[in-house]
Amino acid sequence: MQLKGKIVLPGEKIEIKDKRFTYEENGNIYSKVIALIEEKENKKKIVPLNGRYIPKVGDKVVGIVKEIESSGWFVDINTYNLAFLPLGEALQEFIDIFRTDISKYFNIGDIILAKVINVIKNKIIHLSLKEKGLRKLNQGFIIKVSPYKVPRIIGKKSSMLNLIKQKTNCEIIVGQNGYIWIKGENIGKVIEVIKTIERYSYVSGLTEKIQKML
Amino acid sequence: MSKTFRRIDGRDFLSFRKIEVEKNIIPKAEGSARVKFGNTDVIAGVKVELSSPFPDNPKEGILIVNAEFAPIAHERFEPGPPNENAIELARVVDRVIRSSEALDLEKLFIEENKVYGIFVDIHIINHDGNLLDASTLASVIALHCTKIPKYEDGKLIRNEFIGELKLEHIPTLVTIGKIDENYIIDLNLFEEEIIKNKIAIGTREDKKICTIQKLSGTFKLEEIEKLIDLAIEKGEELRKFVK
Amino acid sequence: MRERKNNELRKIEMKVQVIPNADGSAYVSFGNTKVIAAVFGPRELPKFLQEDKKATIRVRYNMAAFSTDTRKNPGPDRRSIEISKVLKDAIENSIFVEDYPRSTIDCYAEVISSDGSTRVTALNALSLSLAMAGISMKDLIVACTAGKYNGELIVDLDQEEDNNGEADVSIGILPNKNEVVLLQMDGLLSKDEFLKLVEMLKDSCKKIYEEQVKAIKNYFENV
Repeated sequence: MQLKGKIVLPGEKIEIKDKRFTYEENGNIYSKVIALIEEKENKKKIVPLNGRYIPKVGDKVVGIVKEIESSGWFVDINTYNLAFLPLGEALQEFIDIFRTDISKYFNIGDIILAKVINVIKNKIIHLSLKEKGLRKLNQGFIIKVSPYKVPRIIGKKSSMLNLIKQKTNCEIIVGQNGYIWIKGENIGKVIEVIKTIERYSYVSGLTEKIQKML
Repeated sequence: MSKTFRRIDGRDFLSFRKIEVEKNIIPKAEGSARVKFGNTDVIAGVKVELSSPFPDNPKEGILIVNAEFAPIAHERFEPGPPNENAIELARVVDRVIRSSEALDLEKLFIEENKVYGIFVDIHIINHDGNLLDASTLASVIALHCTKIPKYEDGKLIRNEFIGELKLEHIPTLVTIGKIDENYIIDLNLFEEEIIKNKIAIGTREDKKICTIQKLSGTFKLEEIEKLIDLAIEKGEELRKFVK
Repeated sequence: MRERKNNELRKIEMKVQVIPNADGSAYVSFGNTKVIAAVFGPRELPKFLQEDKKATIRVRYNMAAFSTDTRKNPGPDRRSIEISKVLKDAIENSIFVEDYPRSTIDCYAEVISSDGSTRVTALNALSLSLAMAGISMKDLIVACTAGKYNGELIVDLDQEEDNNGEADVSIGILPNKNEVVLLQMDGLLSKDEFLKLVEMLKDSCKKIYEEQVKAIKNYFENV
């Protein structure tokens, strides 16, 4: 059973510099996290094992509404702070914010598919629903995976994700932030498959293993 | 952080503030002391009570140390049970006294199931840093002048004394801060907030180490020897106040 | 008289990700001292507790009622509160708190069986838990005890050696940086004895570091 690269631990010297996951001291570079060093086309990349989502402008994320304010909603998108969805980015119509109960649009516990439009030093994160496909996701179930496993779960040109959707007949939306929304009859199977990918993502031969599961 | 750290009150890095000591200031306590390090003001009171021994040490007296960070001492102290800082302070002072064997607890045994209980209560009156060193000194001085009430017919007679609590050893505690490779002692409140690395080391008059508690920050393994030497040297200065 | 050599550690077991609900978790045992730790976060915190530029670390060290010879009353006592504080201080100095402003990282250590050296066992377990949760760390945290018992300088104290020895030292270090993040000592030692114990601890910590690395690599390799 083959690992796809070398494992590094926090405090270990490393040759790759990545502001998010490494630090410099005395002219050396050290890893901050447990990670896999993947080599693709002669370029080395540091892929952390785990961690919260680090928001990036343009990412599509699945979020859970946590708090309602007068000018918008605070949404949990699996990062260190809650993100904010301003009224103006959520609704098409013009409403009187002081005379409207905006919970009728999105209430606490609602699940949304949104886009990250602004990140201010990881503290203030703004979301928007103003793009085709972004919306409230009704019913369904949410699971959480490490955001670093999302590319593997989606697969090259969505090959893995499409395979799972096809074989389980479920609707699946994978947020870049590691929250995955699933709706359908075979939710259990989908979760089992996704959790397997998450656990063995750094092992070669995974695709065959998944195909067998489905 | 600037490489030229200077103390606002103009002190040398290794100088204590003005230390004032008053003994036996609490009439109803069997022993007491008020100690000031500059504006830091601490009172330690010792009450001697009739107690039952702890089950694992039936022939020994008991020692209990408690600390109250009274709200009068600082705007950020809240009323209520001791928080983690007060608990840590009390436990460190307790360990300094206990580990140094300053008290011979066997001498506090009276008869079966009856021992003298020595209760040291530390009250912070004004917090301007270095509560630990001041509290330890106040506690040791208070213990040093504690008188033991007479025991008769199952109770203590408060105004009759059979003698003084003799201290077998005199421990002192010195907290050392480190900033930009400089070691600083007797940090006032402002210095405590900006100096991240602090360690407290308790020593006896024979230079033995009895307690170490790293309070915050980090130190290199190689520095430990220097820190111990400094604590022994400065601890000796504090010991002079215990007479 | 102890059965082990003076510089010999007890049998060590370490396993990571033992609690699926936690972001990072680990089980660590040194002989009969067994601790399970879990880390949740970084996550959002009530506004009044937030620190603008860094994460707030909360640590709860707790001993299960059945972990000791005489049943321990459940709930925090003064000793547990002090231990939680020194563990928090160790962790704050081991992770990059500035990477997670305004958030909280909750660390829990449950001692399920106690035979001496519980706080260092907890710190080893928390180190693994933090690393497995993906929290930025300067280094893994390695912790161990040492002391003097019947005149002998020894490492990895069990309960008897801890309670009835002449001195005990608990240390937590960042092994690749040689930085001390936890240090407590009780009892009576000359300066030379203490420095000798520090040397013995350096060696023991090297061995414990290897165990932590092994536990993490096992998670990846034993699938």
